[in-house]
Amino acid sequence: MTVTTQAIVVDGIRKAYGELKAVDGVSFTVAEGEFFGILGPNGAGKTTTLEIVEGLREPDAGSVRLLGESPFPRNKALLPRMGVQLQASAFFEKLTAREQLRTFGALYGVAPAKADEMLELVGLTDKADTREDKLSGGQRQRLSIACALVHDPDVVFLDEPTAALDPQARRNLWDVLRAIQARGKTIVYTTHYLDEAEILCDRVAIMDNGRILAMDAPATLVRGLDAPTHVILERGSLSLEDAKALVGADTAHEDDLSLTISTRTPAPVLSALAERGTLDGLQVRTATLEDVFLDLTGREYRA
Amino acid sequence: MTGAFKSLSVAMVKGFVRDKATLFFTFVFPLMFLVVFGLLFRDAGTDKLKIGAVGDGPVLAALEQSGVVELERFDTVEAGVQKVRDGDLPGMVEATGNTVSLRFAASDQAQAGLVQGIVAGFTQELNVRATGQPPRFQFTAAQVEDASLKPIQYLTPGILSWGIAVTAVFGAALTMVNWRRKQVLRRLRLAPVTPTTVLSSRLSVTIGVAVAQAFVFVGVALLPVFGLRLSGTWWLSIPVFLSGILAFFAIGMLIGAFTKTEEAATGAANIVVLPMAFLSGTFFPIDAAPPWLQTVSKIFPLRHMNDGMMDFLVRGKSVTAMLVPCAVLIGFTLVVGFIASKVFTWEDS
Repeated sequence: MTVTTQAIVVDGIRKAYGELKAVDGVSFTVAEGEFFGILGPNGAGKTTTLEIVEGLREPDAGSVRLLGESPFPRNKALLPRMGVQLQASAFFEKLTAREQLRTFGALYGVAPAKADEMLELVGLTDKADTREDKLSGGQRQRLSIACALVHDPDVVFLDEPTAALDPQARRNLWDVLRAIQARGKTIVYTTHYLDEAEILCDRVAIMDNGRILAMDAPATLVRGLDAPTHVILERGSLSLEDAKALVGADTAHEDDLSLTISTRTPAPVLSALAERGTLDGLQVRTATLEDVFLDLTGREYRA
Repeated sequence: MTGAFKSLSVAMVKGFVRDKATLFFTFVFPLMFLVVFGLLFRDAGTDKLKIGAVGDGPVLAALEQSGVVELERFDTVEAGVQKVRDGDLPGMVEATGNTVSLRFAASDQAQAGLVQGIVAGFTQELNVRATGQPPRFQFTAAQVEDASLKPIQYLTPGILSWGIAVTAVFGAALTMVNWRRKQVLRRLRLAPVTPTTVLSSRLSVTIGVAVAQAFVFVGVALLPVFGLRLSGTWWLSIPVFLSGILAFFAIGMLIGAFTKTEEAATGAANIVVLPMAFLSGTFFPIDAAPPWLQTVSKIFPLRHMNDGMMDFLVRGKSVTAMLVPCAVLIGFTLVVGFIASKVFTWEDS
C-alpha cells in the first residue's frame, strides 16, 4: 500500500454549486513531508478543494483519504493531526496574541507554555501582549499560522497565507513556511502568486475552472514548456542584425528601450556578448510558471 | 474536555470585560433607569389630600392632627372657593363656631366623595365625643400588605429581569454571529471540541454576568436613598432567574442562527427585547396596564420572568408561585432552543 507514505490521497472529487462546477474532477496525492501548492487565479476552485480535503465540505463525488482516514463527516480522531490556517481574522475578540494561542492550544490540551514557542517560530515574541486588532496584516497572518500549528499537527493547510501582504511581509512569511517544512510537516497551501509557489513548493498543481491543468515540480513544469530564454540588453549596445547573427540566437527584436534576444542555448550567446564587451544592462529571463499558465490556458495569468 | 471549557470561558470573560460598550450596556445603562426612575417616583403615591381651610375650631384641629389631609389656610371664604373653582383643590372647609361647612368640586366624583367622607367623619366623631357617651359601634383599622408596590419594589425586579434578558439575548446572538463571520466557529469545528462544550461555556459566562448584574442592581436598590426591601423568600427567585437566563439565551441563539452580521443581530435582538421590556412591566407595574395589554404581555417570557422575580424578591410569595413562571420559561427555552438548533449553521455560505 502506498497509503503509508502518502499523507493525502484525493481521487476524482467534484463539487457543484447549482450550475457552477467549483471542483470538477480533481485528483492528486501529497507525500508526507511534502510542500504542495495549489495554484490558480481566484475562482479556480482552490479553496473548495482545500475545504473538501479538510473535511469541511462533502464532495458530490470522489473520495479523500487524509492520513489514511476519511475527513468527512467530522472525524474527531483526525482533527488533532491536522492544522488549518483560516482567514486572518479568525481570532477571539480583545485577546492578545499569546492569549489567542493559549486558548486555541487548550482546545487540543496543549500546555500554555507552547504559546510562547509558537510566537517565537513566527517571529511575534515582541507582540505577545498585543491585542489581535492592533496587529498589522502580516502579523495577523503569522499569528493565524501559529494558531494552526499550536497543537503540532502532521498536516498543515494554508489557504492564501500571503494574500494582501506587502512584499516584505510576504518574504518574512516565506521564512516561517520554510521553518515549518523543516519540522517535517506536510504542507498543502493555496496561492495565486505563481512566483512564490515556484520558490517554496516541492510540487504544484495548477488549477483553472475547477480542474487541475498540470501537476509537477515547478522546475519540471517550466522545463517541459521548452520555452526560449530571453537575453535582454540596453537598446543601442548592439545592432539588431548583429544580434540575430550571434551563435545560438533564434530571433531578436527591439523596442524603445531594449533589445531582446531569444535563445534555447543561452551559454554561447552570453559568452559571445561578453567577448564583445556589450553586457550593459544585461538581463537574462527564463520561463516561469506564468508562462506555463499561459501555455496551458492560452491566456495571460491574472491573479 | 474541561480544559477547552475553561479556556473558552476565560476567553469570553476577557473579551467581555475588555469591551467598554458591552460593560456600559450591561451594567450602567440598566442602572441609569433604576436610579432615575427610583428617584423620580420615590414619593409617588404618598401625596396627601390637600383641602382648603378658613376659620378655626376643633374639627379643623382634628383634621390637621390626623395627618390624613393637609390643610391650606385662607383668610377669606371667597379666596378658598376660588381655588376650588379653579380646580386646584378638591374642596375647602369653613369652620365658624359650631358650624362646619364644606364646599367641594364635583368634577372628580371620587375625590368629592373622599373629601366629604373625611370631613363628615371627623365632625361626627367629635359630635359623639361631645355627648360624653362611649360609642356603640367600635371601629378599628389595620393595614394590609396590598398588591400595589412602592416604585422601587417593582422597578428592581423589572429592571433586573430586563438587564438579564439583554445580557442573555445579545451575548448569545452576537457571539454566534461574530464567531461565524470571523471563522472562529470553523476553527472550533476543526478542533476536537464538542458543540456542547462551546455552548455550555458561553452559557456559563452569561450566567456569571447575570449574577454580577443581580448583585449590582439589587445592591444599589438596597441603598437607603432607594429603600428596596427584600422579602424573606427572595432566594426562591433563583430558579426563576436561571430559567429566565435559559429562555433568553435560547432566543439569542435563534437570532444568532439566522442573522449574518452583528448589525443585523443587534437590530433583531432590539426588536425582540425592547417591546417586551415596555409591555412586560419593567418600568411600571403591569397591574396598572389596561386588561388587553396584560393579556398580550402574557405571551412574552419577560412578563413571566418579571412576575416570578417580583413574587419572590419583594412580594414574599410561597414556593407554589414558582410553578407558572418556571414552566413557561423552560417551555420557551425548549421550543426556541430546538428551532435554533435546526436553523443553526457553522458557516455563512
